[in-house]
Amino acid sequence: MKVAVVGAGPAGVRAVERLVAAGLSPVWIDEAPDGGGRIYQRPPPGVNRDARTLYGFEARRATALHTALDALKPRSDWRPETLVWHIRPEARQLHTLHRGRQAGVDYDAAILCTGAMDRVIPVPGWTRPGVTTLGAAQIALKTQGCGIGGRVVFLGTGPLLWLVAYQYAKAGAEVAAVLDTTPFATKARATPGLLRGGATFVKGLYYIAWLRRRGIRIAEGIAPLAIEGDAGGVTGVAWRDASGREHRVACDAAGMGWGLKPEAQLADLARVPFRHDPLQANWVPERDAAGRTPVRGIYLAGDGAGIGGAEVAEIAGARAALALLEDAGHRVDPIETVPLDRKLAAQARFRAALERAFPFPSHLARGIADDTILCRCEGLRTGELRAAARAEAATGPAPEMNRAKAFTRVGMGRCQGRVCGVAAAEVLAAELGCDVTAIGRLRGQPPVKPIPIPAAGDAP
Amino acid sequence: MKLTRLRDASRPRISLTLDGTPIEAQQGDTLLTALLAGGAGHLRESEFGDGPRAGFCLMGACQDCWVVVEGMGRVRACATLAGQGMKVRRG
Ligand SMILES: Cc1cc2nc3c(=O)[nH]c(=O)nc-3n(C[C@H](O)[C@H](O)[C@H](O)COP(=O)(O)OP(=O)(O)OC[C@H]3O[C@@H](n4cnc5c(N)ncnc54)[C@H](O)[C@@H]3O)c2cc1C
Ligand code: FES
Repeated sequence: MKVAVVGAGPAGVRAVERLVAAGLSPVWIDEAPDGGGRIYQRPPPGVNRDARTLYGFEARRATALHTALDALKPRSDWRPETLVWHIRPEARQLHTLHRGRQAGVDYDAAILCTGAMDRVIPVPGWTRPGVTTLGAAQIALKTQGCGIGGRVVFLGTGPLLWLVAYQYAKAGAEVAAVLDTTPFATKARATPGLLRGGATFVKGLYYIAWLRRRGIRIAEGIAPLAIEGDAGGVTGVAWRDASGREHRVACDAAGMGWGLKPEAQLADLARVPFRHDPLQANWVPERDAAGRTPVRGIYLAGDGAGIGGAEVAEIAGARAALALLEDAGHRVDPIETVPLDRKLAAQARFRAALERAFPFPSHLARGIADDTILCRCEGLRTGELRAAARAEAATGPAPEMNRAKAFTRVGMGRCQGRVCGVAAAEVLAAELGCDVTAIGRLRGQPPVKPIPIPAAGDAP
Repeated sequence: MKLTRLRDASRPRISLTLDGTPIEAQQGDTLLTALLAGGAGHLRESEFGDGPRAGFCLMGACQDCWVVVEGMGRVRACATLAGQGMKVRRG
């Protein structure tokens, strides 16, 4: 039986671990030069930092995951630096690219553990050099020992906002301000549910308290106005507080993000249906609690299957592998699956509280000014999408995302709408006066990431 | 944009060029780090005339960090390791 696993983050590692334990040797692919995924990404060779400074409270988990990863490489068909750029479920084949070389990988069953990326809301000035996602700010520090600037503002909402601000301050960067668009009261209301999170919740409180103790400027319930700058880059961030007063703080870089969204393009190409999850405010691929999708042979685990965080990713990876084994006729003892199912259910309750504590502020996305760049790949301004939405537009109205894309090029650029897709859907929905679910989502297209042209042409 | 080296900043030096100008970097730097910590300021100009760009996601997803390396062609600066003697052009 030919099994392929895409992704070597927490979900992929634990999936491969179960497959190998059952005597299989899956093809295991990751685009990165090494495994670890986002949270436990390893720095490149030559950058020497110990697990404690790299991963903080997560050091033990990181080391355990890396140990498992390294032990599994020789026991699987490990293919790092390899992008899966297409999947054809009817042929049961993955198309891969490794250092300019194409290959086709046949599979009977595949587990897609493709992770997530930051969800962003365009803010005036967000395309300036010096503005990155929150995740990017963390990657710079974690894998390169660098801050995105010397004096940094963190803007957005969610656990990553506070974590990255803490990590920067701890590493000796000057944190000019932490600007959370979620009001304090919203977070406080979610506290009872967050208590289920145990250590995760306590760590979150610790980061926030630590930042406050340091006297770092913190503002909650704010609306961002602009990331200001000049030819040299970022010079400051301006915002409006809950009472309507405007503020600005000087800085030379800004990290921003509003939670995460699944990197689910491969699931989409595999024709897994999607549904809109109102709590996460994300489109997520359909799967059961064990990771089975309606498409035979396709399983999903980790943040690519809906945002759950690193702990959930590990459990879900293992669970999806067991589901795959079960479906393939292996004997799987419920003694293995039942505890995993129980943990996943408990974590889902915590996750729901977390989403309520840091809800996606769709009103901010809907209110983006007309002259703010919406799609950074195509240089498209928000007003152009609004104009296309209207019935009197020369093209006729664009009542859903893919028509809007055809008319305006929104989401058609090099990132394929990964960055602007969420905000664009909110803008379109607001203009049409409908719910964001009625707008649909940008459909995935192969290649999932730009690849050299000759490689795309000559199919394997 | 100027990346600030905060930790592990005394690795062996390497040198490369950006549009002919020498850039000092360190072993283990990605091209993005090498260029933006080395004072390049930005990586490319938006083809729509809205100004310079210097990457956004650092995880190989947004494609905003394209540069051209002699002998390699177009690459993502955030997903490519800097090497001694690389000749880089803004993307
Ligand atoms: C930038 C960033 C930073 C984060 N930092 C934290 C943190 O500090 N703490 C925390 O709790 N959570 C963090 N998260 C959340 C994170 O998503 C989860 O904690 C966890 O990493 C999810 O594990 P995973 O296995 O589902 O996916 P990931 O860890 O994201 O792993 C997915 C892997 O799949 C690979 N991949 C994806 N698509 C393809 C393809 N087409 N071809 C080949 N390979 C592919 C990727 O290269 C990656 O290695 C972060 C997320 C992001 C985006
Ligand atoms: S910065 Fe996004 S792909 Fe390099």
